[in-house]
Amino acid sequence: MKYFRSHVLVCVDPECLSKGAHDVLDALNDELVAQGLIDEIQVLETSRIGGCTVGPELMVYPEGVHYVGVSVDDVPYLVEEHFLKGRVVKKFLAPPKTNTDEELGAPTSKEVRVVLRNCGKIDPENIDDYIAEDGYAALEKVLGGMTPEQVIEEILASGLRGRGGAGFPTGRKWQFARASRATPKYMICNADEGDPGAFMNRRVLEGDPHAVLEGMIIGGYAVGASRGYIYCRAEYPVAVRTLRIAIDQARAYGLLGENILGSGFSFDIEVRVGAGAFVCGEETALMASIEGKRGEPRPRPPFPAVSGLWGKPSNINNVETYANVPQIILKGAQWFASMGTEKSKGTKTFALAGDVNRTGLIEVPLGINLREVIYDVAQGIKDGKKLKAVQIGGPMGGCLPEAYIDRPIDYESLAEAGTIMGSGGFVVMDEDTCMVDIARFFMEFTQDESCGKCTPCRVGTRRMLEILQRICAGEGRHGDIEMLEDLCKWIKITSLCGLGQGAPNPVESTLKHFRHEYEAHIYEKRCPAKVCKGLIRYEIVDACTGCTVCARNCPVNAITGQRRQKHVIDPNVCIRCGICEQVCNFNAIVIR
Amino acid sequence: MAQTLHDIPKNDPVAVPEQKAKIDRILAENKNLPGAVMVVLNELQAQIGFVSPAMQAYVAQQMHVPLQQVHGVVSFYSFFTTMPRGKHTVKFCMGTACYVGGMPQLIEKAKQVMNCDIGKTTADGMATLEVCRCVGACSQAPVIVIDEELHGRVRPNKLPQILKKAQQ
Repeated sequence: MKYFRSHVLVCVDPECLSKGAHDVLDALNDELVAQGLIDEIQVLETSRIGGCTVGPELMVYPEGVHYVGVSVDDVPYLVEEHFLKGRVVKKFLAPPKTNTDEELGAPTSKEVRVVLRNCGKIDPENIDDYIAEDGYAALEKVLGGMTPEQVIEEILASGLRGRGGAGFPTGRKWQFARASRATPKYMICNADEGDPGAFMNRRVLEGDPHAVLEGMIIGGYAVGASRGYIYCRAEYPVAVRTLRIAIDQARAYGLLGENILGSGFSFDIEVRVGAGAFVCGEETALMASIEGKRGEPRPRPPFPAVSGLWGKPSNINNVETYANVPQIILKGAQWFASMGTEKSKGTKTFALAGDVNRTGLIEVPLGINLREVIYDVAQGIKDGKKLKAVQIGGPMGGCLPEAYIDRPIDYESLAEAGTIMGSGGFVVMDEDTCMVDIARFFMEFTQDESCGKCTPCRVGTRRMLEILQRICAGEGRHGDIEMLEDLCKWIKITSLCGLGQGAPNPVESTLKHFRHEYEAHIYEKRCPAKVCKGLIRYEIVDACTGCTVCARNCPVNAITGQRRQKHVIDPNVCIRCGICEQVCNFNAIVIR
Repeated sequence: MAQTLHDIPKNDPVAVPEQKAKIDRILAENKNLPGAVMVVLNELQAQIGFVSPAMQAYVAQQMHVPLQQVHGVVSFYSFFTTMPRGKHTVKFCMGTACYVGGMPQLIEKAKQVMNCDIGKTTADGMATLEVCRCVGACSQAPVIVIDEELHGRVRPNKLPQILKKAQQ
């Protein structure tokens, strides 16, 4: 390997890219060539370092100097000062790290980074970086002296369960696939992370793609597969590109392809890109999509382990599941099983969103309770407001009220409370959130994404959505709640796949825990959180200074008034979009 | 709607030699992959910008698969479009975080600024407005994506300036 005295990592996260990170990268390279430093200093791309809001940002090692807000014009000065004269340029120095990476900050005391350990630390486009962090050591250990049965035994003993949401023991899944006689067998990685609000898999794919590849190769060896597919959603172009680079590099190093590491085991991986269908995250629909068909699910059994992709035995796991595998092999099942609860081992990544002080990606040991996540890891509710509910598990999950705050997060406990682990969406909602509106929002999503193959899901979700829309519009009727409950029950029992079976969850859980809000909407024609448009009215109070900002921003010109005099909103024209309230600098607009 | 290869509109990519060469290249590169229909259509959508009825018929003919299968795939996935699109695509993320973060208001404002409805292309052919699923940048909600470029924490008063990028 070539020796460099210094490495410059330039962040190429979407946010920094939008601020011109690529131009800075090119300028840096040009300037280093011009100064004759290009053999001493290497410029690399990395994912988010933590200052993207004031990007483009870069990190200089070995000093560990973090620069932000560097533009192309600043590059010559920066190169001259830092690399030629060895002086840190204070002007661009990032403010001292408090909590700068909004997606993935420094771990708090309650966090344990297993899956995310390399994210933001290594160059995802350089396999050597991964290898330096014990990368592919697990593969070497497996191919160098473990039988496939021993690998499966180790995964079984670790207690690893599917991180895609359902929580099926990974070792058992591998056992089934191994037991199937037909060949060839396929290893599939589900990277179709479609839940709104969830981006854990994207960060892993963009930040540490080789961990996923290594996990897949190990799994392929264990079940006897010869080929792997990663099905990634089209909304993640950076992840697709990073994966393809990683696969090419692994092939060049002989870690993929024929006769891996001289062991006689051959395995190759291909990335397939989706085309914007949420249902393709369901395993049978996903396989149909890889086959080039409409992504519609089919009944199980037969399970994929018996008849999967192209009718051959297939094993399908989530990105995060595979990313756990190399470390389990390397550090041992005991190490992994030491984290978590009796039945849910290890860690889980969550994408924190909503009304908390710290949103972004976290990784916590399973068994941690909601209170610790919300108040310690996420640093509490924004603006000192009150917690109302936590929505876990994406559109197929449920809303848990504050009373459940001391409940541990593990597969069984969440299922008992009426939600699911899901892939890891974690939306915290404060007192200003209308639960009926949230239920309507999720139902709109599932209704839209229902593939239409089976009737309960296709028609049932549509009927539920209509009722919810009516309630939100202030036209709720006696009997709506009972009708919703009935629909929930039957759609759950009779739908073909997880989408339909899970679709009623947001409604069912809000009905259970926030029934009074539904009743207020229907019987009192009142939205307690003042969210539902049909039940609220905007008004301008005396604090108005007549600055005209609201009138100028109103999309329907519903606001009138003389300059420096109190303005008035015409409720008949107003579409209740709320822009006026957002732009008002004097808090003069209130909701009644 | 499905279409035969007999009466192709003059401006269809299949009838334009330059674009037809592109289509043929995509077909040649990918058609022997297992499950190639999706791969080919994804490439066509990315490189041509849409998959017209005539293109679907051509793909079906060249790949020896029934036209209904090709059309079935195109109509199933939301990424495929059958009509030419605006020069720019403006996507409004409707993920949970963006929704809660005020995306409905932004969309209202954008419709007014662009004088165009969601799902439609502006009269001058400059921009297509659409609502999309979560782009996974929730920490920056609300998010608008113009072409490949992401704009986070968009406020209503900043919106017209951001949308300028899609108007030229």
